[in-house]
Amino acid sequence: MTVVRRTPDAHDFPTRSYDLVKEFVVALIVVAVLTTVLAAVFSSPDEKPITLSGWARQAPNDVVATAAGELAGTTTSAEYGPPYNNAASGQVLGPVELQKWAGVRIPVDSANDLVLTPLRGVGGDQELTSALATWSSASASQQQEWAATYADALAAAPDGNPAAVRASAAFGPVPVLTAKFLQLARSGGLEGALDAHGNFYQGDATRGLLLLSDGAYLEDQARARNLGGDQWGMMNETGNYPGQPWMWLYTFWYQVKPFSTSDNADAQVWALMMVLTLALALVPFIPGIRSIPRWVGLHRLIWRDYYRRPGRST
Amino acid sequence: MTSVAGRTAAHEHERPTRSNWTARLRTRVGRTVPPGQLLPDRQPVYVNSWIYVFGALTLAALLIVLGTGAVLALGGPTWWHTSSTGHFVNSLHLWSTELFFAFMVIHLWGKFFMAAWRGRRALTWITGVIAFVGSIGTAFTGYLSQSNFDSQWISAQAKDGLNSVGIGAWFNVLDPGQMLMWHISLLPAAIGLLVVLHVILVRRHGVVPPIDAETTAENAAIAEDPGDGEASS
Repeated sequence: MTVVRRTPDAHDFPTRSYDLVKEFVVALIVVAVLTTVLAAVFSSPDEKPITLSGWARQAPNDVVATAAGELAGTTTSAEYGPPYNNAASGQVLGPVELQKWAGVRIPVDSANDLVLTPLRGVGGDQELTSALATWSSASASQQQEWAATYADALAAAPDGNPAAVRASAAFGPVPVLTAKFLQLARSGGLEGALDAHGNFYQGDATRGLLLLSDGAYLEDQARARNLGGDQWGMMNETGNYPGQPWMWLYTFWYQVKPFSTSDNADAQVWALMMVLTLALALVPFIPGIRSIPRWVGLHRLIWRDYYRRPGRST
Repeated sequence: MTSVAGRTAAHEHERPTRSNWTARLRTRVGRTVPPGQLLPDRQPVYVNSWIYVFGALTLAALLIVLGTGAVLALGGPTWWHTSSTGHFVNSLHLWSTELFFAFMVIHLWGKFFMAAWRGRRALTWITGVIAFVGSIGTAFTGYLSQSNFDSQWISAQAKDGLNSVGIGAWFNVLDPGQMLMWHISLLPAAIGLLVVLHVILVRRHGVVPPIDAETTAENAAIAEDPGDGEASS
């Protein structure tokens, strides 16, 4: 015969004195003291953000290469797809294209928004004005050819140094545009030109962060701090701090196949984590999983005093 | 005119009309937790283990997280970069968050191994899981709102995951202004509500009795108590 266990009402059991308020107050004091000691001893990390002028000073060749890539349409952001542009359809889960279906809600035209528009805001530079005019009067295919040719030449130069690239008409105005872009970045005016949107106040760093991510410098700095994506990066933080250890499972999937080698790893990991989260929430209703506690028997330790009681039923 | 004392004496307040929303709400709230169980000074005899302390520790850590976050809010988003006091308050906020998660995970696993969803307590378990997941999201937006190198790198990494499932189109991790609003307003409010609901459910049903304290019944009982449903032959 199949038997179903039914849990009795907690209020039917014999009781003992229990001071919930005292327990909470003591817990509050203990946590407050622990927090204060940990904060006083270990402090907290606060490494300054990379500024675009700092990037230009520390890695000028990377800035020039990134600007050339934006103009050629070959950077990560330029080829990203939704929510920034329609250059790609984004990641998929079989027939499910959530990234594409969400649409382009944060439009970013990498060449114009990340390079040309900031340059157009620079006044009093005849060479730049002339280069911008040449660029604007060319066809899209010509623009792409100039920028791609220059990007290839930079990639072939020692350290990607623009000074080591022999001048060529095949580059069109791109060397001037990228050199002026480097100047603008060095001046410290690029952040505002990218994300101010004509406003005095800035709260959105989307374009600046996309530009910075398109370069190699940000990732190089992160990897030097053991924060790369394949170094459990997103759950960690700079220095010897615990970071977000509660994200270990999400980060774990990126370290193993098939996710570590998949073009759709992000969507797959997200889908897997959603399924696992749903399963955790629905544990009470999943046969087998809900019986694990009974099989493991840890409850015998937790309630050992109760189980020792003679005549322990309600 | 009838005085309040007169109306009370006449027990008018106990016989509200069904159209009185206030009375209906009062009745509903009164029925939510059995009389005397909101703050009881006695517990069943089996409530006698250190594992029970971790619920209180989690709640205490949450209060300190909220308190230190409120102090940071007083100084503004960049205060902690320029003030040693602000930096210390940020450290308190960080470490109380770490403790909050440590206690919450122990509490969660403790409840798992106690099969604490038994006896119509499935919703208590579910609200706890949602609060746990919501807390991860809240902490994550905190890391994005730090306006330092960590937030730059974490946002640059995280955008791909959120964009890949379409969430990034609305929840833009590259916008620290939006993330700060989520971190200090929307998510704490949601977590606060979930925690209140979770605690009310705990008080409503009482602490789950030990495994094997169950009575047995015929199979038909499963329909009465789907939260149990542990069948054995």
